[in-house]
Amino acid sequence: MSIEGDLLREPSGEGGRQLPRSAAHVVAVASRPSHVGLGARWTTHVNGWLLLLPAAVLLVTFTHYPAVATFIGSFFSTPKGARPAVFVGLDNYQAMIEDPIFWQALRNNIIYATSTIPLTIVLALFMAVAVNAKLVGRSFMRLAFFTPTVLPMIAVANIWLFFYSPGYGLADQVLSLFGVPAHNWLGDEHTALVCLIVVAVWKDAGFFMIFYLAALQQMSPHLSEAAALEGASRWYFFRRVTFPLLMPTTLFVLINAIINSFRLVDHIIVMTRGGPNNTTSLLLYYIYEVGFKFWDTAFAATLTVVLLVLLAAMALSQFVFLDRRIHYQ
Amino acid sequence: MNDHLQTKRAGAVLELAGAWLLAFLWILPLAYALWAAIHPSAYSAHFTLNAPLTSENFVKAWNAAPFARYFLNTFMLVTMILAAQLVLCTLAAYAFARFKFYGRELAFILVLLQLMIMPDVLIVENYRTMTAAGIVDTIPAIGLPYMASAFGIFLLRQTFKTVPSELDEAARVEGASPLQVLLKVYVPLAKPVYIAYGLVSISYHWNNFLWPLIITNSVNTRPLTVGLQIFASSDQGIDWSLIAAATLMTSAPLLTAFLLFQRQFVQSFMRAGIR
Repeated sequence: MSIEGDLLREPSGEGGRQLPRSAAHVVAVASRPSHVGLGARWTTHVNGWLLLLPAAVLLVTFTHYPAVATFIGSFFSTPKGARPAVFVGLDNYQAMIEDPIFWQALRNNIIYATSTIPLTIVLALFMAVAVNAKLVGRSFMRLAFFTPTVLPMIAVANIWLFFYSPGYGLADQVLSLFGVPAHNWLGDEHTALVCLIVVAVWKDAGFFMIFYLAALQQMSPHLSEAAALEGASRWYFFRRVTFPLLMPTTLFVLINAIINSFRLVDHIIVMTRGGPNNTTSLLLYYIYEVGFKFWDTAFAATLTVVLLVLLAAMALSQFVFLDRRIHYQ
Repeated sequence: MNDHLQTKRAGAVLELAGAWLLAFLWILPLAYALWAAIHPSAYSAHFTLNAPLTSENFVKAWNAAPFARYFLNTFMLVTMILAAQLVLCTLAAYAFARFKFYGRELAFILVLLQLMIMPDVLIVENYRTMTAAGIVDTIPAIGLPYMASAFGIFLLRQTFKTVPSELDEAARVEGASPLQVLLKVYVPLAKPVYIAYGLVSISYHWNNFLWPLIITNSVNTRPLTVGLQIFASSDQGIDWSLIAAATLMTSAPLLTAFLLFQRQFVQSFMRAGIR
């Protein structure tokens, strides 16, 4: 721990090391005459690539190649039996634009993302501030908040399924105390997506809490002491000092939350299978359904292209827009 | 002044109450599953203090599906992925941190691309690749897309860059080869990062579901998550007590590890996240 702390303070810029390295290099070359200048430089290139090679092969095979192949595949038809895939131009895209379920899945995903992400971030922030303050029972709180992170989504989705069961599920049992009639939460088109949003927020908030917690613990205590002397309220201090200083963490959490909202559909497979009436179908779930239940791989590839474009666009916009407005310490 | 103090105190009370309520809500699903699992099914949604305890649900669930095999599959899967990740990411990270080879910057950007475009979304093409390779429904097929992890490469590269190059050069002057330098100098210094990455990787792949669901179709390859889903969605699975027991069983190893090494877990996830 302390060793690494010291190491982190070492200048890691390439420029700073230039001189001592070449000096040592001269020594190394001088002590081993077999290594002459040009040969040694070649060794560096070859060694670098050799070290990278095993990882590069797998990365290309399972990330870059499939991404490109998905794009190409979206211009071909799905091979059926003896009939191979043929070039169909933009037919798949045409079909996609005319497919109401695609639009619904996209809309669902946007609703899902835009409600899950802010809720998760606000709750994560509140949890971190609460656990960081010297509140009674903070270690229990931290445990409670973080536990969902280590549990498999598939397992907790089963618990939540039980939670939401009409009549005897916990949700209905608690609400019946207040005179609310039993409700088929996951079977109702108006509540099903909300139920899934709740599960996603519950699963991720504690995970993002720890990044805020880490950032809070690195903040200088002098700041809050000074604010207390000035008579600033905790809320004012949070709004004007803590929150702006946490911006880099918020960006990191935001990126991960966005990725998660497009990447994780385990709970949908367990709880609703996209139903009722496709109201809980998210983009990746629809891809899974089209690709592995209807076996229409070309159409699934076309849908995947949309997902890839969305992810790439978000990556770009984060670097271009958000980076500028963030306060770095 | 008195007024000010009072609002301050009210705020503190509100914060404490809010935090406690939230913690209670957050632990509730797990507590609920625990209740259902250790009581007879008649009490699964009926809460009284004198409900009898039982371990029968666990026994029944264990016997109702080949969970022992699923445990073994998950164990093999997680070990295989982690071992491959540690080797591949270490080598690649070392290359990026300490070798100025042609195309290094471009290669690094191509690696980082995987942070955004993960194997999780490329299921259609990766399935086709596995079919072509003839390894559908094998444990290596579940693991292969994840073995070269951009996240691991990035994390280790950042760590290796903080190693003072004087140490590196001193070892080289003494005649150590690049691989010896890596093993003797870099790897030992990065130990906390390896532990952090290992814990994150294990939790991720223990819990992963969609890709294993697609690529496996037999008892001998299915990991726990897929096995649990098949168990819970089958006809016999309407008994909530059994499902709760099975759910707790599948999460138990990670959960106990987490409860025992809470601090390490939290710190690992923290360390792995800070870039």
